[in-house]
Amino acid sequence: MKAWDAIVIGGGHNGLVNACYLQRAGLDVLVVEKNDWVGGAATSRELTPGFLYSNCSYVCSLFRPEIMRDLELPRFGLQVISYEGGAVFTRDGDYLANYRDHDAHRREFARFSRRDAEAYDRYARDVTRQCRFIQPLLMRTAPDPTSLRPRDLGELLYLGKKFAGLSAEEMALTLRFWTMSISDFLDEYFETDVIKANFALSGIIGTALGPMSPGTAYVLLHHYMGEVDGSVGAWGYARGGMGAVTKALAASFLAAGGTIRTSAEVGHVLVQRGKAKGVVLADGEEICGKLVVSNADVKRTFLKLVEEKELPDIFLRRVRNFKIRGSSGKINIALDSLPEFPELPKDSPVYRGDMHFTDSMERMERAYDDWKAGRWSADPFLDMVIPTTLDPTMAPPGKHFMSCFVQYAPPKVNGRDWTDADRDGFAESVISQIAEYSPGFRDRIVHMEVRTPREIEAEVGLTEGNIFQGELTFDQLLFNRPVPGYAQYRSPVGGLYMCGSSTHPGGGVMGAPGRNAAAEILRDLAKPTQHMSPAHDVI
Amino acid sequence: MAQAIKKKSSAPTSPARTAAQSHFRTLRLGTPFQPRIDVLARTNDWYNWAGYRAPHSLWDEELEYFAIRSQAALFDISPMTKYRIEGKDAEAFLNRVTLRDVTKLKPGRVHYTAWCDDEGFVLDDGTLFRLSPTRFRLCSQERHLPWLLDSAIGFDVTVEEETEAIAGLALQGPTSFAVLRDAGFAGVERLKIFDLAEFPLGGGTVTISRTGFTGDLGYELFAPAEQAISLWDRLMVAGELRGIRAIGYTALNRARLEAGLIVANADFVTSEHAIRADRLRMPDEIGLGFMIDLEKGHFNGRRAILEARAKRKLRHVLVGLEIEGNIPAEHAIVYHRKSQEVGLVSAAMWSPMAKRNIAIASLARPFGDTMVDDLWVEIYAMRELQYQRLMKRAKVVPRPFIKLDRRTANPPADF
Repeated sequence: MKAWDAIVIGGGHNGLVNACYLQRAGLDVLVVEKNDWVGGAATSRELTPGFLYSNCSYVCSLFRPEIMRDLELPRFGLQVISYEGGAVFTRDGDYLANYRDHDAHRREFARFSRRDAEAYDRYARDVTRQCRFIQPLLMRTAPDPTSLRPRDLGELLYLGKKFAGLSAEEMALTLRFWTMSISDFLDEYFETDVIKANFALSGIIGTALGPMSPGTAYVLLHHYMGEVDGSVGAWGYARGGMGAVTKALAASFLAAGGTIRTSAEVGHVLVQRGKAKGVVLADGEEICGKLVVSNADVKRTFLKLVEEKELPDIFLRRVRNFKIRGSSGKINIALDSLPEFPELPKDSPVYRGDMHFTDSMERMERAYDDWKAGRWSADPFLDMVIPTTLDPTMAPPGKHFMSCFVQYAPPKVNGRDWTDADRDGFAESVISQIAEYSPGFRDRIVHMEVRTPREIEAEVGLTEGNIFQGELTFDQLLFNRPVPGYAQYRSPVGGLYMCGSSTHPGGGVMGAPGRNAAAEILRDLAKPTQHMSPAHDVI
Repeated sequence: MAQAIKKKSSAPTSPARTAAQSHFRTLRLGTPFQPRIDVLARTNDWYNWAGYRAPHSLWDEELEYFAIRSQAALFDISPMTKYRIEGKDAEAFLNRVTLRDVTKLKPGRVHYTAWCDDEGFVLDDGTLFRLSPTRFRLCSQERHLPWLLDSAIGFDVTVEEETEAIAGLALQGPTSFAVLRDAGFAGVERLKIFDLAEFPLGGGTVTISRTGFTGDLGYELFAPAEQAISLWDRLMVAGELRGIRAIGYTALNRARLEAGLIVANADFVTSEHAIRADRLRMPDEIGLGFMIDLEKGHFNGRRAILEARAKRKLRHVLVGLEIEGNIPAEHAIVYHRKSQEVGLVSAAMWSPMAKRNIAIASLARPFGDTMVDDLWVEIYAMRELQYQRLMKRAKVVPRPFIKLDRRTANPPADF
């Protein structure tokens, strides 16, 4: 039987990035994907004729430009378009907009607080400083602080030097940033509730924490450290939806001679004498591989795909306790016309940006209270975009695709599994919120895809539907991601590697975990890595 | 289950709110003088000054410069950030915030000052106008409302941003006094350098100070935005026979360089905008050490400044350079012995008034401080798609590069 050089479990963006780099290093690589399409959580699917949805992830910023270049993704159709600002609608019939133009942004904030308008520069400076500190760490394997290997010592030294290079004020800020709640952090700069709510949303997206929970300040940073073509912190739409990212990756992989098998769900990883030897598909088919790379999250990989007896107790316990709690849902809507928001002028650029309806920190925190009680939020927080205002490829002219990221949605409802009735109730809470601000909204709906944690886990395979494959709290970052001692993409099973967002540097459509895992694998195989660009300089 | 939180109202948006929201349609505001400036803008050469549409030039940047030095030049300074600071403790508050001793600033006087964060790094420089014993106006390049409000805790003082409400004009040049006198501002001849006084204008007043950014005889005028057009017209009519011309920033920038004056975020990076920690500067590092008054009691940054001076932690120095030849050395690297990189030129020009090639540069101490010999600048002059690389000798010289008696002469000369 043929033995592949490497088998990658899961055709999400990290699995494909990993497969691309391995294939380009001369390995013979097979990607096995359970769905009959690739993409994982970066997909574009046509569920109703004429409309493409970005079914899960919906905006792009974190995807590393070094990877786009190495894997020639533009040649395979990837284009990312920056989008314009956004807004929070307020309950009293106004809105707070974010504009790309610095002075318009200031004037808009000054409508609510002249002080806060002028506080923005210091806020932006501090966030930028922290992003510059973290960015170079994204494309490096986290050092093992307990190891005495020269490489780990070198990496630790690099980290230490970077930290020592900060001023006393910056060091203090770094530690605060990694541990504070986003609410406390914003209190240091702003006084106006709606302005704080406007920024706080980046601190809770994808996280089973509220804006007042410690650790959420870092989540905000995680959303700011990306870029669109050098514009740091900017977000954009992938033309053709987020599936364009994985479509380009798959095409790049195939062009390099790789092989993809869809509708091939892995039942378990074949382990012999503590070493991975391949995978067994759900239908019993055995595929041999010299090594196996899992793009599935760490829980799915080690609690479902590997037999417990193959794993050390402490590792198992830590994997079981890894926080990967479901906190969000997603509603994709096909609209027969552009929704109107009477409060928003028709020529406002906000239609081409992200829109929100949660205008206070308290509402955001209350929405989280519902989650803690095991309910979806009665007054949910939405991150809503209409990519078709900038991307003509996703809907017929005049018609639109709207993406609503919804928080919070618990993994179980009152302790039991989600039902179809729950799903409909969840959708109604979202639609009714939008309709409050957009009269006639319901009448524009042509089709709708509602995804609770149940649907996301079932289709994409993300445990509890957690979009980051594990929360981005400091206890689960760097050399602790996913668990201490196994932060370098290897596992207790020889030849079994991890490459998903459960690993450093974490979630978002970034590609860095897939790339870094490939670098480690090639190191183990003593293969050259010249085809892998180092991280771009941060100067 | 908790309830969905509904909108409080769907009442039609008020006209005032709609008007306030509509700013996104005009990304660059006009100043109160814009109707007059637009008519004079032959070059349509605009730049963004703090969100305003401001002219680089209006008709000819060379000739606009000579208007400053030979006649009277009118420059719109309305986009400058302005704060009104008022109250019983206004003096004590400003003494705490800024470097200089504000108790020595009498009502009716102006001084050039700067202010620092608690680490002693310069937040900005600007001019402080004492309009009355309890009322001040602070003018600056950047915005500082959070800093000023936070610093005001414990003081009986109010701080209000009044940039849009107050129109500002600089009238600079040898005939500027005569223009003001002929415009009917009786008593303006009594203003000595850094004096200010209020004069009737329409139903209100205009504040005229003998200040400016050119090193020449000149005045600055501040009036409510509604009075702007009538003020402009009055000056233009009065100045017609004395060669008054409106100018853009390029001309003004030349004049300020000859006067040896620095510009925030051009010659140094302000601390609230410096992303790279090594770009921060203490007053002693950008030539503003003379402002620091250690006798006056505590002020923001005092401890850090004292420590840096004591422990010799001042790493940079800002100097004036005279460079051989006549090729401007803008953004050239400064070398010691033609080999060791020791600094950067932030502004440079051939000075028509000094007939010298001048520059402002930031150097790493001890260069420019105790070691001033054997300094060179490397000029890359682009000429027809080729760099002409020149290594020219640079000499540290005192600023200002030009000193004009007419700037301070009393009574002011009547040209």
